[in-house]
Amino acid sequence: MQKFSAFELFKQGLNGQAGWKPQWRSPEPKAAYDAVIIGGGGHGLGAAYYLAKQHGMRNIAVLEKGWLGGGNTGRNTTIIRSNYLFDESAGLYDHSVKLWEGLSQELNYNVMFSQRGVMMLAHTVHDVQVFKRHVHANRANGVDNEWLSPEEAKAYCPPLNISDNMRYPVLGAALQRRGGTARHDAVAWGYARAADDLGVDIIENCEVTGIRRNAAGAVEAVETTKGLIRTPKIGVSAAGHTSVVLGMAGVRLPLESYPLQALVSEPIKPVFPCVVMSNTIHAYISQSDKGELVIGAGTDIYTSYTQRGGLHISQHTLEAICELFPAFRRMRMLRNWGGIVDVTPDRSPIVAKTPVPGLYVNCGWGTGGFKATPGAAHTLAWTIAKDEPHPINAPFTIERFRDGHLIDEAAAAAVAH
Amino acid sequence: MSAPFRTDAGGQIDRRKSLTFTFDGRTFQGVEGDTLASALLANGVHLMGRSFKYHRPRGVLGAGSEEPNALVSVRRDKARVTPNLRATQVELYDGLVAQSQNRWPSLNFDMGAVTSLLSPFIPAGFYYKTFMWPRKAWDHLYEPAIRAAAGLGDAPTEADPDRYLNRFAHCEVLVIGAGPAGLAAALAASKSGQRVMLVDEQAQFGGSLLAVTDALIDGKPAQVWLDETLATLAANPKVTMICRANAFGYFAHNMIGITERLSEHQAHPDAGAPRERLWQVRAREVVLATGAIERPLVFPDNDRPGVLLADAARIYLNRYGVKPGKRVVVATGHDEAYRAALDMHRAGVEIAAIVDARPYPRGPLVEAAKAAGLTVREGYAITGTIGELRVNGAYIAPIIAAGQVGQTETLSCDGVLMSGGFTPSVHLFSQSRGKVVWDETLETYLPGQSAEAERSAGACRGRFGLAQALADGFAAGADAARHPVTHSFAVEAVEGDPKGVVGALPHNRGQGAKAFIDWQNDVTTKDLKLAVREGFQSIEHIKRYTTTGMATDQGKTSNLNALGVISDALHRPIPQIGLTTFRMPYTPVTFGVLAGMARGDLFDPIRTTPIHDWAVEQGAVFEDVSLWKRARFFPQGREDMEAAVRRECLSVRKDCGIFDASTLGKIEVVGPDAAEFMNRMYINAWTKLGVGKCRYGILCREDGFVTDDGVVGRIAHDRFHVTTTTGGAARVLGMMEDYLQTEWPELNVWLTSTTEQWAVIALQGPKARTILEGLVEGIDLSPEALSHMSLTEGKICGVPTRLFRVSFSGELGFEINVPAEHGRKVWEAIWAAGQPHGLTPYGTETMHVLRAEKGFIIIGQETDGTATPDDVGLTWAVGKAKPDYVGKRSLARPAMADPARKQLVGLLTQDPAVVLDEGAQIIVTRGQKPPMKLMGHVTSSYHSAVMGRSIALAMVSGGRARRGETLHVPMPEGDIAVTVTSPVFYDPEGARVNG
Repeated sequence: MQKFSAFELFKQGLNGQAGWKPQWRSPEPKAAYDAVIIGGGGHGLGAAYYLAKQHGMRNIAVLEKGWLGGGNTGRNTTIIRSNYLFDESAGLYDHSVKLWEGLSQELNYNVMFSQRGVMMLAHTVHDVQVFKRHVHANRANGVDNEWLSPEEAKAYCPPLNISDNMRYPVLGAALQRRGGTARHDAVAWGYARAADDLGVDIIENCEVTGIRRNAAGAVEAVETTKGLIRTPKIGVSAAGHTSVVLGMAGVRLPLESYPLQALVSEPIKPVFPCVVMSNTIHAYISQSDKGELVIGAGTDIYTSYTQRGGLHISQHTLEAICELFPAFRRMRMLRNWGGIVDVTPDRSPIVAKTPVPGLYVNCGWGTGGFKATPGAAHTLAWTIAKDEPHPINAPFTIERFRDGHLIDEAAAAAVAH
Repeated sequence: MSAPFRTDAGGQIDRRKSLTFTFDGRTFQGVEGDTLASALLANGVHLMGRSFKYHRPRGVLGAGSEEPNALVSVRRDKARVTPNLRATQVELYDGLVAQSQNRWPSLNFDMGAVTSLLSPFIPAGFYYKTFMWPRKAWDHLYEPAIRAAAGLGDAPTEADPDRYLNRFAHCEVLVIGAGPAGLAAALAASKSGQRVMLVDEQAQFGGSLLAVTDALIDGKPAQVWLDETLATLAANPKVTMICRANAFGYFAHNMIGITERLSEHQAHPDAGAPRERLWQVRAREVVLATGAIERPLVFPDNDRPGVLLADAARIYLNRYGVKPGKRVVVATGHDEAYRAALDMHRAGVEIAAIVDARPYPRGPLVEAAKAAGLTVREGYAITGTIGELRVNGAYIAPIIAAGQVGQTETLSCDGVLMSGGFTPSVHLFSQSRGKVVWDETLETYLPGQSAEAERSAGACRGRFGLAQALADGFAAGADAARHPVTHSFAVEAVEGDPKGVVGALPHNRGQGAKAFIDWQNDVTTKDLKLAVREGFQSIEHIKRYTTTGMATDQGKTSNLNALGVISDALHRPIPQIGLTTFRMPYTPVTFGVLAGMARGDLFDPIRTTPIHDWAVEQGAVFEDVSLWKRARFFPQGREDMEAAVRRECLSVRKDCGIFDASTLGKIEVVGPDAAEFMNRMYINAWTKLGVGKCRYGILCREDGFVTDDGVVGRIAHDRFHVTTTTGGAARVLGMMEDYLQTEWPELNVWLTSTTEQWAVIALQGPKARTILEGLVEGIDLSPEALSHMSLTEGKICGVPTRLFRVSFSGELGFEINVPAEHGRKVWEAIWAAGQPHGLTPYGTETMHVLRAEKGFIIIGQETDGTATPDDVGLTWAVGKAKPDYVGKRSLARPAMADPARKQLVGLLTQDPAVVLDEGAQIIVTRGQKPPMKLMGHVTSSYHSAVMGRSIALAMVSGGRARRGETLHVPMPEGDIAVTVTSPVFYDPEGARVNG
C-alpha cells in the first residue's frame, strides 16, 4: 500500500501529485469466495478489513450495489459517542469509541476523529433524572460522562441559549468529552483501501438479487447483477435495506425502515466547538471542519424507502435549532438530504448469527449507526470468522425479541438517539 | 463620487435616485435598481471576494443566484448581520453596509493567500493523507488550524430579532420562473380562469427579457410586451404573482416550498415588518420555467477578477447600465457571447477579440459581429490570463489538434467575457424525482419522464431562444390548465446555435496551471484528474473527494464542466459517469423562515389548567410536564423547594392538602362492549367492577412492559371514566384507537378524550371529608356510602361533579371532577372552606414525595419502558382469568420470568441524613472499580419529613428476595451503604386511607 504521510504528499507535490495510485482496485468478482459481505458502507467494509486483518480471511469480497459509502455512511451527521445507558450498549459503543481513537493510524487514512465533546441537554425535570441516571451508569461502566449546570453548558458551547425565555429552558447537560465527530466518507474509503491492500475484492455497482441455500439450508451462493458468486459465509450490512436482503434467505427481521433527514448550513468561520443534542426539543448540531453547521433530528413518522422526507420535519428541526441558538436564525440551509434507517423495536442493533447457517447480520442501528462503525464491523467480523459472537455483541441477538432480553435504549432515553 | 463604468442611459435602473453604500468601509454611490454587484461594477470594483481554499482574489462571475465568488456579509445593525450573501442578489438600498469575507487583514492583501503557494502540496483530499502524527496533534494542532482556515463569513452573534411568516396556498397551476417561457405559461393558464401562481427569484419579473435590447414580440419591443403581459396578469384576480421568491424545494405530491424576501431590500423596513415568508404551495400542476445557467470556460487562471460570464456582462450592461471594463476579450464556445460582444461594442466597450474555440463558427450572430468589424479568432482557445487583483491581459492560442494549442499571443484587456454555453436548470425537476436524460445534440442533461404532475418549458428543457421559449411556455401553460388555448407569437430576434462546449479547453501552460471548475471551492481540473487517478470513478465519490459542486452555489456553474473533465480522464462518455443528485434547496434558505413563528412561548403550545392562574397568584413555581405547566411547589416567604415541600408534605399528613390534578389524561370509554374493551386493553379485570367503583388500571404495550397507569371509574354498566398519566394522555388514546380500529373493529365502543373537559381537584388528608362536607349536594361522603376506591355523581358548589374517593398520598382522599369552566370557582370554594382546617396547596414535588412514602410508582420514573407489572410489584392487579390482554403473550417470554429481573424495592441509607441521587447505581460488593457489576438503580429519592429521614425507591436485580441485605451505591466520593426494604415506608397497613 502506498503510504499516506506529509512526506509523501510533499514528494508527490514536486511531481504534480502524479504518482498516486488507485486507493483500491476495481476487480471483477471471482467465482467463489470464503466469505462475502453485502453492503459497502463503513460497517461492511470495516467487517471485511477486520476479517482479513485479524482473522486471516483474505479470499473475501464486499459487494456494493452502488458506490462505496453511498448509503447511511455518507448521509449521517457523524456524531460519535458511547454514553448509552445499559451495560450491553455501553460495552458495544465504547468498544467502538476506543477503536475510533486509533483508527486514522490503524488505517493510515485520516478519518478526522475529533473528540470535541458531545453535550446532551436536559429541559425538564424528567430529562434531568434520565441524564443523571446515564451519568451514574456510565461512570460505573468506565464511560466518561459528566453533569453540567446550564452555566457550565454555556461555557462549553457559547452560542447556547440558557435564558428562561425559551419554552423549555436548559436545566443542565450531560457531557461526554470523548465523544465527537469524524469525516464520514473517509471512514468508508479508509477501510476500503486497507481491506483492498489485504487482498479483499471490493466490487461496486454489484447488486445482490438472491441468496442460494443448499439442501441443509446453509448459504452457498449469492446471485448478483455481476453473476453468481459461491460462498459459505455471508455477512449482511445493508442498513435500511437489510430486511430486503435477509428476505432473500427467508429470514424475517423485526425492522422498520424510515427516512431520516439531515441538513447543513452555508460554511461559516468556527463558531460551534462541540456537538449538542437535545432530545426533548429534538435536534442535534455540530460544525464541520469545512465550516458548515451539520444538523439533524428525528426520523419521518412513516415507513418508507425513499431517501427524502417531508419539509415539515426540517421545519421542526430548525425550530429547535433556532430556539437553542437564536443567533443562527439568519444562517441559511445549504443542502438537505435523506437516508433510510432500519429501526428495531428496542432501538438497539442486531449483530448476530441468523437462523440460516452461514448467514450473519449487522443491522438495526436506527439513527445512530455511524458512531458504531468500527465496533460493529469488528464484532461482525469476529462472529463471521468464529461462527459465534464476540462477548461484546453476544447480547445483540435476533432472538432477544422472542425471549424478551431487550436492550431498550429508546425507552431509557425516551426518544431515538 | 461618480460611477465611471455607468452608461448614460438605458436599463432597469433609475439614475436620478442615487444610493450611498459602503463596501469594506469604503463609500460608494449606486442607483435605484442596482444590486450590490452592479453598483460595485459601476464603480470599477471587480474584486469582491476570496476563494475558500487558496484565498484567490475573485471578482463577480455571474449576475444571479448562480454566483460562486462575490459573497458578502450585509450588516443592518448589531443583531441583523447576514453572512454569505451573493452580491448579485443583494438589492441595493441607501445606507447598505457590506463586507467581504474570508480574508485577513484585507480583501486586497490577504495573508490566507499563502495557501496558494502551498497548492502543489495540498491537492484535493490532502487532509486524508496527513495530520496523523503525532496522534494527539490532530485534536490540538491540525484540526483547529484547518477549522480556522475554513468557513466563509462570520456567523451572527446576536439573537435575530426579525420575524418570519408562513403561509399555505393551493392553486391549479404554479409557474416557477417568470422569464419568457414562464410568462407565456402563466398567460395561457390564466385564460382558463383557474388559480395560477407565478413566482420568480428576482426582484423583477421578466427574466432574460429584462436585458433584451432589440427583439420584437408580436410587433412590440420586448420590454413593451413584458410590461403589457405583467399588467394583464396583474389584472386577473385569479393570478398570484410573487417576485423575490425562491422556489427552493419540490416535495412529494406537488408541494413546492418557496421563500419570499419581504423587507430585505428596503432601506428602512417598518418596525416589526416580517423579513421573509415561507409559502407551501400545493399545486395541481406545475410548470417549471427555470431557464438555464451560463457555463464558464475552463482554462488556466480563469478566475481573475474581471473574468466574468458573457451573458452576465450583457445583463450588467443592458439591465443595470454598467460596463464590465474598457477593453475586453470575449472567449467563447457558444454563439450567445457574440450577442454580448455586439452589445458591448455598441456601448463603447472595446472588443480586443472574440476568441472562439470552435473551428468554424457560423450563424447570424457571428456574421453580425463580423459585420460590425469585430475581430473573431476562430479555432482559438483562451489559455490564460494576466494580472493580480484584476485581469490585465489574456493569452490566446490556436487549437491545432485535439488537446493541443499552437503559438501563444497576448492580448491586453481589463475584462474577459466567457461563455461555454447554457446548462438547463433541471434542479427542481430532478428534486421532483423525474429522471434526467442526456441529450447528445445539446450535450446536456434535460428533463425526461416526469414523476409528478409537472412539465418543463423553455430553456430548462433545452428550448433556447426567445421564440421557442414563448411558444413552449404558452403550450405548457395551456396543457397544465387543461385549457385548449393557442397563440402563435410573432418574434423578431436574432437567434444563435444552442450548442456550446463542455469541459476544459486545451492549453500549453504546463503542470502548474490552475484551471478552475468550481470557483468557490477552488477545485481545478488537476484535482478532478487526481481523484480519477486515485481510483474514484463514481461522480459521487469524485464530488466528495474533491468537493466540486459542494460550495454554496451547489455546482450551478461547475457541474457539467466537471463531468466533461472526468469524462475525458476516464475515457467514458458523460452519461456513463452519472450525475449527482439534486437536493433541496435550490438556493440557500434562511433557517428563520423555516422555523417561522415557533420561538419562545410559541415554540410549543402551552397547556394550562383552569386553576393555573390561581397558582400563579399564589406564587407557585412551575415545571414543564409535556405541554403542561404544572405547579411544582408553593413557596411561602423565602422558602426554597426543600423547605416548601417539607411543609406541604406535613400539612397533608396532618391536616389536608389541595392539589390540581387537572392535567391527568381522561378518556371516556363508552359502549355495550366497553368492559370487554377494557379487559383487552388493560392488564386488570373489569367485568366485575361494580358501577360506582374504581380500580387502579395498568396498561402494557404489546411487548409486556408497563406504559401507563391511572384510576378507572365505572360510571355505568357501559361507561368508564379512564384516567391516564399527564404525559401519556394522547399516547394512550392513540393506542386505544389503534387497537379498536385495527384489531377489534367488532367491539361496539366509543372513545372520547375528556382531558380538558374536567378540572380535577385532589383533596388529600385526614380533614378532607370535613372540608368537603358543607359543599356537596346529594352526595353522602360517609365511609359507608363512599368507601375508598369508589365514586359518585352529584353536585358541588352548585355544579355537577364526578367525585372519586381515591388517594395517591395514602391519606383519606377525594378527587373532585367538575366541568372545566367551573374549576376555579369550585377550587376557591374548597380553598375557603379549608382555611379553618389548615388546608395547604401543594405541587407535583410534594405529590411525588407522598406517593413515594407509600411506595406508589410513577410511570417514567420507576418504570422506563423495560419494567413488567411484576417488576414493579403489580402482579396482584393482573386479571388472571382473562384469555388475553395487550402484552400478555410477551409476558410469557422466558426473560420475563428471570429471577434476576430488576424489581421495585425500598432503600434506606444507613445514615438517615443522606439523600441518594436519583439515577445512582447499585452494587452488591463495595469498593468496585469500573466496569462495575451493576445490580440496579435508584428511581426516586427524597427526604421524608414524616419519616424524619431519607427514603428511596429502586429497581434492583432480584430485589424482593434481597430485603434486609446491605447493598452499596457507588458515588465519586465513595460508596454509600443502603439496606433493602419494602417500598412502602409509611403506614404499611394502609389504615389512614380509610380515615
